[in-house]
Amino acid sequence: MTYTVAAGLAVLAALAVDLVGLRTRLVLGRVFWLSYAIILFFQLLANGVLAGRGVVRYDPAAILGPRVAAAPVEDLAFGFALVLTTLAVWSRLGRSAWRAGERDRGREGRRAR
Amino acid sequence: MGTVTYLAVLGGCLVCALWLEPVLRVGVLRQWRRLALTLAPVAAAFLAWDVAAVAAGHWWFDAGQVIGVWLPGGLPLEEVLFFLVVPLCAILGFEAVRSVLARSGLTRPGLARSGPRSMPARRERATGSGGPADGREVAE
Repeated sequence: MTYTVAAGLAVLAALAVDLVGLRTRLVLGRVFWLSYAIILFFQLLANGVLAGRGVVRYDPAAILGPRVAAAPVEDLAFGFALVLTTLAVWSRLGRSAWRAGERDRGREGRRAR
Repeated sequence: MGTVTYLAVLGGCLVCALWLEPVLRVGVLRQWRRLALTLAPVAAAFLAWDVAAVAAGHWWFDAGQVIGVWLPGGLPLEEVLFFLVVPLCAILGFEAVRSVLARSGLTRPGLARSGPRSMPARRERATGSGGPADGREVAE
């Protein structure tokens, strides 16, 4: 299995954890995506240094080839899966946070145009 | 001979995120037990992937840019710290967004007409994501 396949499976697994396993449904609300946008910026910075300076090196045969901020595109999927899984578990462990997510989505539903 | 390149990147991540704890009072570090219960399974799962990927040769680490503490599975110490630091920073960012959205939503004048509920709600949420209820939930 290449990094590409593993990264794709990790995203699917993270979505399954969020939507089905823990039923936190963060990807349906806006708080997660706003947070992810901010986290992604810093992820690109950190990845850029790690991959750009060669702290981590990748087997060209295990990746597709395109790079974003010096890192293989697969790293975006890896990071997304890591962040979503983390926030889903974190949210599940705090009931008030989970309710806030419900409010978040409820508000969005009412605002639907 | 190793260097601190990787360690410095992790330090940079912490510098970028840790200020959210005192400034926005997100209460993430305060909920240390909830934090530990979150980080442990996530880090374990991703480290298992990491070890498998290193074994499969998908990626490897430059011995010249880590401090030189190697763990079983071919991972430098920094790689383990990565899976603690990055999730922590993500949680801090997430809670900061929640906190800011909650505060701005409640202080926007237009929402004043949401009626008598706005005052208690404001007090409840002004304590941050944590709040007394949140802390109790996790601490006990």
